[in-house]
Amino acid sequence: MGKTLSEGILDEKSGVDARAGDIVIAPIDFVFVQDTTGPLTVRQFQESAHKHLASPERTAVFLDHAVPSPARQLSNDHLFLRRFARETGCLIREGGNGICHQLVAEEFANPGDIIIGSDSHTVTAGALGAFATGMGSTDVAIALALGKTWFRVPESFKVAINGGFQKGVCAKDLVLYLIGTLGADGATYKALEFDGETVANMTMSQRMTISNMAVEAGAKVGLFATDGVTKEYLTAQGRRNKYKALCPDRDSDYEQVITVNAAELEPMVAMPHTVDNVAPAHTLAGVKIDQVFIGTCTNGRLEDLATAATILSNKKCHPDIRLIVAPASRQVFTAAMKAGYVQVLVTAGAILVPPGCAACIGLHQGVLGDNEVCLSTANRNFKGRMGNPESSIYLASPATAAASAITGEITDPRKML
Amino acid sequence: MPDAILRGKAFKFGDNISTDLITPGRYTDLRSNLPELAKHVMEDADPSFAEKVKPGDFIVAGKNFGLGSSREHAPLVIKMSGVSAILAKSVARIFFRNAINQGLPVLICDTDQVDAGDEIEVNFSEGTVTVLTSGNRLTFSKMPQLMLDILSEGGLINYIARYGDFKF
Repeated sequence: MGKTLSEGILDEKSGVDARAGDIVIAPIDFVFVQDTTGPLTVRQFQESAHKHLASPERTAVFLDHAVPSPARQLSNDHLFLRRFARETGCLIREGGNGICHQLVAEEFANPGDIIIGSDSHTVTAGALGAFATGMGSTDVAIALALGKTWFRVPESFKVAINGGFQKGVCAKDLVLYLIGTLGADGATYKALEFDGETVANMTMSQRMTISNMAVEAGAKVGLFATDGVTKEYLTAQGRRNKYKALCPDRDSDYEQVITVNAAELEPMVAMPHTVDNVAPAHTLAGVKIDQVFIGTCTNGRLEDLATAATILSNKKCHPDIRLIVAPASRQVFTAAMKAGYVQVLVTAGAILVPPGCAACIGLHQGVLGDNEVCLSTANRNFKGRMGNPESSIYLASPATAAASAITGEITDPRKML
Repeated sequence: MPDAILRGKAFKFGDNISTDLITPGRYTDLRSNLPELAKHVMEDADPSFAEKVKPGDFIVAGKNFGLGSSREHAPLVIKMSGVSAILAKSVARIFFRNAINQGLPVLICDTDQVDAGDEIEVNFSEGTVTVLTSGNRLTFSKMPQLMLDILSEGGLINYIARYGDFKF
């Protein structure tokens, strides 16, 4: 029997015959923390008997969730992390550079790598063929010290996607549809491995949107095989030499095969308060919203801002709407300025906030009021996620978000394209 | 193993109790002040939980407990509240590792057999949960040996301090 992508990577890295269900120890190629889980990770590291990082040059601290800091204690957490980086010699990316997962893709992730981060959306780098997964502070602390961790080799679900998207439908709609089908725990402990002609035609940005949300179905990783798109992306990011051909064996064993016809998909929305509570956008016409948020590690990339700018070009946001836009990274931000998207979005009424997690986790830059409704391009709509348990969050694509910002209610973007 | 027999009261919760309900993101500025953060444990799932819970009690939930963020503060503040174990139909992957790494048992069993307020007893050596109120007896699934060993040491930091590495 051949190997899935997950088995293949864990096999090569662990040096043992890795099969779904086995527990293996594998070395870590890149490990990182961010500013809301990093302080506990560092304290756990300090509590362990270890003084030194296994590989400082492959360890990073990202300040992205609370930047610029909105509170004194969070500023002190940043000081604590900066000091840790200075003392251990690890890499640090200061606030304003972007969201950890975006920067991991831009700067660090390579096909076949094993990456762990103290953030659940570490799965994003699966788009590049990296076995990347989120863990908690103690697991990451021990990985910082030992340079390795244990993995249960996951069973894989093959998600075969064929057919072309309709205009106005994109990767976000597909992944929302998929999570709606699987359920929020439908892929718990499993690997999602994406395949099919639609995937072959997808940009890296779209693949990242899909990998990013694999965890919303409970999955451990959301993996793509590598191809010309991967090579092109790595080349553009100055890492052409890191390209490696990766694909599953033909006779690999999948626990499930899920087929999706992309041509049949409509713009989708996840309704409060779970990500698997999905419905086509047009069935929610008339749902009034107060805030629209375009950004995050799910949908804050150049392509996403381009889509929003296309829809909002020469238009104005509805007067009752606050539109918040956060580019996923400085690279995205500068490219969006150069392309004119920032001009279009700000002219249409957007509040532009710095590259980072922004309003996504309810700390700042768009905390919702009582009974307010937000339509967000993020990945989670749990009760209280955006800072207020008395508010509601809908999730959708950048196109649906931009269309809805114009009308003030949930709007199928196909009528605006 | 932790104490071979645990006894306490059941606090019932439904499906999909996210880490946002357990440790709301709006309290992120308290994450370096754990005693303060712990006052808000489970706040958005049951605002009175922190006041009512007694040392030794259990959280008894439905499926997919702990989904969402990797914040280990979630199992950490549950442990600080005195909860001796979480019983659930299923648990999200990251939360599961985090809880075990903090020395907090998560036991997978048919929690429909437990009602809010039931007195229950967990017997680790037998792998059973007895609902003392009704007499119902449930078995919980066995976890991988490595996780049992980590739990026996009271968490991953202690485990690595003792063995220096992952032992197989």
